Amino acid sequence: MRFVDEFRDSDKAHALAAKIAALCEPGREYKLMEVCGGHTHTIYKHGLEDYLPEQLTLVHGPGCPVCVIPMGRMDDAMALAAQPDVIMTSFGDMMRVPGSNGSFFDAKARGTDIRMVYSPLDSLKIARSNPDKRVVFMAIGFETTAPSTAMTILRAAAENLDNFSVFCNHVTIIPAIKAILDSPDLRLDGFIGPGHVSTVIGCRPYEFIARDYGKPVVVAGFEPLDILQSIYMLMQQLAEGRSEVENQYARVVPWDGNMVALRAIGETMELRPYFEWRGLGFISHSALSVREQYAKFDAERLFSVPGVRVADPKACQCGEVLKGVLKPWECKVFGTACTPETPIGTCMVSPEGACAAYYNYGRLTRTRVKEATRS
Amino acid sequence: MTGNQAAGHPAGWVAEALRAHDEQDPAGRTERPGSPQPAPGTVREEMVLDRIDRARRARPRVKEERITMSHGAGGKATQTLIEAVFLNAFRNPLLEPLEDAARVHVNGAKVALTTDSYVVSPLFFPGGDIGDLAVNGTVNDLAVSGAVPLYLSAGFILEEGFPVESLIRITASMQAAAQRAGVQVVTGDTKVVERGKADGCYINTAGIGLIEYAGPLGIAQARPGDAILVSGPIGDHGVTIMLARGELDIEADIVSDTAPVNGLVASLLSKVAGVRAMRDATRGGVATILNEIATAARAGIMVIEDQIPVRPEVRGASELLGIDPMYVACEGRVVVVVDGAEAEQALAALRAHPQGEQAAIIGKVTADPPGIVQLKTAFGGTRIVDLLVGDPLPRIC
Repeated sequence: MRFVDEFRDSDKAHALAAKIAALCEPGREYKLMEVCGGHTHTIYKHGLEDYLPEQLTLVHGPGCPVCVIPMGRMDDAMALAAQPDVIMTSFGDMMRVPGSNGSFFDAKARGTDIRMVYSPLDSLKIARSNPDKRVVFMAIGFETTAPSTAMTILRAAAENLDNFSVFCNHVTIIPAIKAILDSPDLRLDGFIGPGHVSTVIGCRPYEFIARDYGKPVVVAGFEPLDILQSIYMLMQQLAEGRSEVENQYARVVPWDGNMVALRAIGETMELRPYFEWRGLGFISHSALSVREQYAKFDAERLFSVPGVRVADPKACQCGEVLKGVLKPWECKVFGTACTPETPIGTCMVSPEGACAAYYNYGRLTRTRVKEATRS
Repeated sequence: MTGNQAAGHPAGWVAEALRAHDEQDPAGRTERPGSPQPAPGTVREEMVLDRIDRARRARPRVKEERITMSHGAGGKATQTLIEAVFLNAFRNPLLEPLEDAARVHVNGAKVALTTDSYVVSPLFFPGGDIGDLAVNGTVNDLAVSGAVPLYLSAGFILEEGFPVESLIRITASMQAAAQRAGVQVVTGDTKVVERGKADGCYINTAGIGLIEYAGPLGIAQARPGDAILVSGPIGDHGVTIMLARGELDIEADIVSDTAPVNGLVASLLSKVAGVRAMRDATRGGVATILNEIATAARAGIMVIEDQIPVRPEVRGASELLGIDPMYVACEGRVVVVVDGAEAEQALAALRAHPQGEQAAIIGKVTADPPGIVQLKTAFGGTRIVDLLVGDPLPRIC
């Protein structure tokens, strides 16, 4: 298939892998963080780690929108969905996220009207065809999905729809990266930058990472060769003692971002003073809410929600996993009490979550893989 | 860590799961994550993986209080429901193998018996409708059990207000499918429920067939060295249904593969002696079948992504939607496990039949690691192909 197979070519992968191995200094351990959950998914789905030398470890970062939604927000969403005449709409990957009283799926089974949509605009369709209902869209995601929520709000305003609102849980990536850089637990050598987020915000916002923290950043695409190439670019920077922001995904990511998308976000949303992230705690200026001007589309203003902070189950170590401090399998309950079927934490829910990716695709040590492929 | 510490989580099963987890392997609990580890990383990882293997073999329990859509998706949740509720209630040696059809002896004759219900939405789709699906599905369950399908029953649950014209269209296509497969619908039932209590028309069919094939057939028969084949491109039916719903605004020139496979299967069995097992890859797709084989045979499976036939339209739609064709339903494809020495013969036999022209050898059964399906990706890496919990595409058949 064109535009896909070219980026999965195993001959090119072998060549890149050899170049990466040649750049490794003997005896030095390398830790690179892929910030974005989409990258984590690609890495496991294609078995990319098989190409990496033993001394190079990929650390999975916080860029999984579903994973960072805290339990309390999930409970708020459930409370919204349970209000009379409400139809809650949500992306499919939120359906399984556990709140303190089960997931959307469980609520749906109890009779709550929760519908899966592929785009927030589908929620508008539902709102138009159900004028006697109040449709609430569960908006999640980084700057990647925020523009589509923003455009939906603008469209609803243009149509003067009065039965549509957004439960806004959009978060921003830079404060999360900064929280990780400031965390004492982790020593990282560089970052594989989030490609989709960067199509919106561009590459400039990462410059502080290279400048102030001395870590190289390479914004990468989502095919396996993209990631392998970005690892090679990071290793080159490390070998040459450079720390810069480079753009491997130039075919999609403009250096200055997408002004139209940024304007739509700016028009409809503003930064919250602080927001709770699962595992990372409260981070200031790290999330978006709907602006006053669009208050009639803001579910938080229209409905009362409990707004209570709910602690994760103690056994859940999603926070450590999201920060990259623990590998998924190092979590105490990984794969035994916490599985994709009965997830305790969010990292096991989303296909972009490190735990789900590792459980579904990677539950083999590299030694096991070598044995299996030999036989 | 005790169960009490998780008591803040009102979902009681969390506390229970943690307790079970602690009891399961007290020896493995001496190490704390994050603390300095005596054993090197790979050894520790190996220990964790072994612990997971044991957890996966533990007796299945349904933890949800109510049925969710996942329980009907054909993946892990369905399997848990079947084992924890149905098998638990009806347990007997004929049911226990959980094959596509039960094999029973009646007065010295070997008979295969099966049943299946159809709730597909939409009722009519490119390449077929709920009617031929209901006949083919049951015919295929009998055929892959090594039986010659003979007689079918048909039960209809109709919603008040359903157009009679649609019902006539459905029954006509059932009759055509039955004739093509060489079976007869010989008994039936009709129920009507109030508007809103069903979605138009649901059909249940049951079928019996005569087992003339002498050899043992069953997924537990698979052993290391065996080859795994599919009879044609996978995922056509599931993707067709999804696009036919029109929610995605994607168009592709693709039709359901719904077809009876009894002719194909009979021709294979007549030419190749070493067939160990056959399955029709419906809900949950080829990946689910492979996992069932690996579990039943306590063997590993290695499949090669490059060798799995997938139409470009199916691959394209799946790429766009972020789903894996390996999990997408087929309605006229068979997964075959055959003695490795006869792999080429089996391939030739399948390809000689019009329904098997695009058959392929996609992998092999390995000794290790037991119960795990591995995929050699086209990119050159290796990964696991696990059962899905739910299904991104409900009501596919």
